[in-house]
Amino acid sequence: MMAMAVILSFLFPLVGTLILAFSAGRLGPRASATVGVGSVGLAALATLWAVLTHTGGSQGVTLWNWISVGDFQPTIGLAVDGLTLVMMSVITGVGFLIHLFAAWYMTGEAGITRFYAWMNLFVFSMLLLVLGDNLLLLFLGWEGVGLCSYGLIGYYYQNSANGQAAFKAFVVTRIGDVFLALGLFLIFMELGTLDIATILARAPELWEPGSTTANLAALLVLGGALGKSAQVPLHTWLPDAMAGPTPVSALIHAATMVTAGVYLIARLNGLFLLAPDVMLLVGVIGAASLLLAAFAALAQTDIKRVLAYSTMSQIGYMFLALGVGAFDAAIFHLVTHAFFKALLFLSAGAVIISCHHEQDMGKLGGLWRKLPVAYGGFIVGGAALVALPLVTAGFFSKDEILWQAMAADQTGLLIVGLLGAVLTGLYTVRLILGTFHGEPGSDHARHPEPGTNVFTHHLPLVVLAVLSTFIGAWIYPGLGELFPQAPGETTDSGHTLLQVLAMGAAIAGLALAGWLFLMRRQWLDDIARKGAGARLWTLWHHAWGFDALFDRVLVRPWQWSVRMLRFDFINMIMNLPAVVARVFNAGLVRAQNGRTRSYALVMVFGATLILVALALAPGGGA
Amino acid sequence: MILVWLILIPFLGGLLSWQAERWSEHAPRWIALGTMLFVLVISIFLWLTGDFSLPVDGNSQWLLEWRAPWIPRFGIEIHLALDGLSLILVALTGFLGTLAVLCSWREIVQRVGFFHLNLLFILGGVVGVFLALDLFLFFLFWEMMLVPMYFLIALWGHSGSPGQTRIRAATRFFIYTQASGLLMLVAILALVFVHFSNTGELSFSYDALRGTDVPEPLAFWLMLGFFVAFAVKLPVVPFHGWLPDAHAQAPTAGSVDLAGILLKTAAYGIIRFALPLFPEQSEAFAPVAMTLGLVGIIYGAVLACGQQDIKRLIAYTSISHMGFVLIALYSGSELAIQGAIILMVAHAFSSAGLFILSGQLYERIHSRDMRVMGGLWSRIPVLPGFTLCFVAASLGMPITANFVGEFMILFGTFPGAPVVVVIASVGLVLAAIYSLLLMQRVHYGPEYRTGPLKGPDAREYGMMLTLLALTIAVGLYPQPLLDTTAAVSAPIAELFTGGADLAARAGEVN
Repeated sequence: MMAMAVILSFLFPLVGTLILAFSAGRLGPRASATVGVGSVGLAALATLWAVLTHTGGSQGVTLWNWISVGDFQPTIGLAVDGLTLVMMSVITGVGFLIHLFAAWYMTGEAGITRFYAWMNLFVFSMLLLVLGDNLLLLFLGWEGVGLCSYGLIGYYYQNSANGQAAFKAFVVTRIGDVFLALGLFLIFMELGTLDIATILARAPELWEPGSTTANLAALLVLGGALGKSAQVPLHTWLPDAMAGPTPVSALIHAATMVTAGVYLIARLNGLFLLAPDVMLLVGVIGAASLLLAAFAALAQTDIKRVLAYSTMSQIGYMFLALGVGAFDAAIFHLVTHAFFKALLFLSAGAVIISCHHEQDMGKLGGLWRKLPVAYGGFIVGGAALVALPLVTAGFFSKDEILWQAMAADQTGLLIVGLLGAVLTGLYTVRLILGTFHGEPGSDHARHPEPGTNVFTHHLPLVVLAVLSTFIGAWIYPGLGELFPQAPGETTDSGHTLLQVLAMGAAIAGLALAGWLFLMRRQWLDDIARKGAGARLWTLWHHAWGFDALFDRVLVRPWQWSVRMLRFDFINMIMNLPAVVARVFNAGLVRAQNGRTRSYALVMVFGATLILVALALAPGGGA
Repeated sequence: MILVWLILIPFLGGLLSWQAERWSEHAPRWIALGTMLFVLVISIFLWLTGDFSLPVDGNSQWLLEWRAPWIPRFGIEIHLALDGLSLILVALTGFLGTLAVLCSWREIVQRVGFFHLNLLFILGGVVGVFLALDLFLFFLFWEMMLVPMYFLIALWGHSGSPGQTRIRAATRFFIYTQASGLLMLVAILALVFVHFSNTGELSFSYDALRGTDVPEPLAFWLMLGFFVAFAVKLPVVPFHGWLPDAHAQAPTAGSVDLAGILLKTAAYGIIRFALPLFPEQSEAFAPVAMTLGLVGIIYGAVLACGQQDIKRLIAYTSISHMGFVLIALYSGSELAIQGAIILMVAHAFSSAGLFILSGQLYERIHSRDMRVMGGLWSRIPVLPGFTLCFVAASLGMPITANFVGEFMILFGTFPGAPVVVVIASVGLVLAAIYSLLLMQRVHYGPEYRTGPLKGPDAREYGMMLTLLALTIAVGLYPQPLLDTTAAVSAPIAELFTGGADLAARAGEVN
């Protein structure tokens, strides 16, 4: 029964994609939306069915043998356990709400069929990613979501900048994917299998904890996770990815695809536990991304870019949790983050459409009365993002992460996490104030057209808002027994202190933000406008200059070598014989000029040369 | 006898369609189409009825064999044989031949009969290469592919970029392959004479020459003679100079055949002749061959990014992809060699798809220059979507056959040569760059000119859909192909590790 449900869950989006792709413009916008939204809705129902019929443990079904050569036996096989079901629920559940909202958001856009075809294909690929029982099938989904992300970032393809952004996203994540692929080669060579369950069973038997092989394998897999999950240093694509339609940002670049790296590491937890150094690196990278992105979020003017950096920052929290061995906490935050970040993005989408595609905070403002639904979404989602104590989902998951960091004695990571919480408060308040309060910055913001459709506009926002409150934290099943013991499970000392600290950090952030942005606005603006403050603003605005660095170190040398090699110098060298032949040809042609005088001259010259040679030769002469 | 017919049918069909031009303009096309479909049907029939399991000791490795004396004085026979690998390649020839005829349906309007004569003669020569076991006969077919290809480029080719005429491209193609073929001929003759002085028997037979005991420095040079001939055709950098020009200037059908089949004759030649005839020398040469493969992967990819001519771009990507094949063939891993065969088939599909698409673009906007493209997504229905699919295949997206091939190669090569695999993996990123660059320049961005262009008709749509369906089918279930060629790949892989295995076994016995 469950196998059937699981297979249906990804077949529906696949069929949806095929219908949309082969309709070739024969489907109208309404029909396209119905197919696109409906297929994901059915997938969500199938997932619900799978959840209800799941009887615990890991259940598998092999569809067919993909490749079979010697030991190399990857299958098209699915494995379903609690983690898979949680991921599937997020993908299809949140995915359905976002698809539904997209029906409102994309009204009147050209190429709506293409939009839904990509979106459905994305859901299909993402489901395969979490369902695959072996790493090669996981890799299939992994690359598939990357391609869909490419297609959707470049959705408005006529603007070259969007194409560039899509290109960048694909290539940067592909660099990570290559690391993952190398990890797969290494794992297969060492363990002789790609089946995830077998890997997790065999690795501890064959590898010493902390051995080079274990570290290398974990490091390579981590490389893949960094690319997809937009963590330092492979994060530069995410802010640019906001070029896609906002529902795409909500689904792919906030709720699901970018968390694939978190899923991957949690899935391969046994592998990472054998590599303590790499585990620490995971935590450190998470902490670095968290801080770096939080500062960058402070200095953005585009509301979607604020949210993009905030996503990167929140995934940093998840990596931090993974790094201290708290896999359950990471997945918990993944789920709540999917709820509130989807809500924030969709609310942002509501604002953007209502204000005629205006997304610059400088040109928005004063919207809270006119767009109450979107404003509500921002307030609830923002509160969850800031982890407002007790009432929001974000509080419970973030608190869990910080507690695990504390229990693991990672004080450094804990402090970064707390600092990040303060910064989160700052940028969130700045975002909401800049968008909804103050004076409208443009005519678009003065006369917005609020969304009115109850079913496609209000419903997704309201459902996500409910899930962003403590209810969202409450429905999370808890996957503790699936993972190795987390550090926080063995001790309870200091938990209360930590909760006070975490609440304090969130509230301190809000208070600081209130004081800065409401009482000291003028002072703040002055600082940001000149001297060191302005330089800091520029630095943060460009997210610490990673783009410029990569541009200098990688992009320009690459372009230079492409330009240099364009004319194929190896081929030119190979053409030398032809050139030489042509020169001789020209010379000999000139010699055959038919004039007796020159023939005689050459003959005399040649005869002299021979005589001289004979005279000078050893044994010649006298 | 069926093997003889497989070769004869294209030649006879070629002559017939040449003469058929007198009846009507369309007659040569239909005859050529029927001919290639016939070849395809025969090979599929052989495939369905054949037994491709590993031969039990004493049984022949060949599924079908046919021999007749030809020039007995020199020990030259007409010796044809078919195993899993040649069967798959013959089927591929039939399939791509059909596509080549179909994609020239509108493109070729002058000397239609003679065009199809040349096209079918190429294909007949290719089938001959895949079936011939006598080395003299093999050389004959090897050379026979060249002449009609020369005419195809020279007579029906596109005018090239400034300073590059199609005659020049054709001449360069001819000189490169002819010169390298000469090296192979010398190597073949030397091998035959060594065999003669060893045994007193003059023979060009594959089976007889295989065990020949060639003294050492000579054996290496002979191996090199074969290798260079195949390296030019594959092509391996630095012998690739003929390929971009030939591709860019050839008519679509020529490009499809070149990329889809002619390049594969080289890989086939390495598997069938270079490796089994000189196993030890090849094993010693393997690091060099793999390095050349790496150079091809990277160099081809970098150059692909710098092209403005869409067909030249695709041509350079072929060099990159064939680098993977070369690495696999010299890896001594069954998994990698099986992967190479899959990649050969996959590359035939994806490059044929891209070349046919650029041909269809050319018919619409009369240019191959990507600077005058851009924004075509909104101007042409359906074709951009197909382009994206084949571009995804060419960058090795999973669910396409290219992914299966490339990853089997990398998985198989990694244990023996991890450094090679690490460098080759850089090629995966570069593949993403050049593939998406094509997409970017042609279909995305602002429209260079406005106005809608005609969508694909049923013929064009059908070709694309068939290629795409095959690419995905092989990508999701390559096992039928793998089972067919397993009996070929395993012995090839053992050529390299065979010595070690024997030593190990001997150790056990003692």
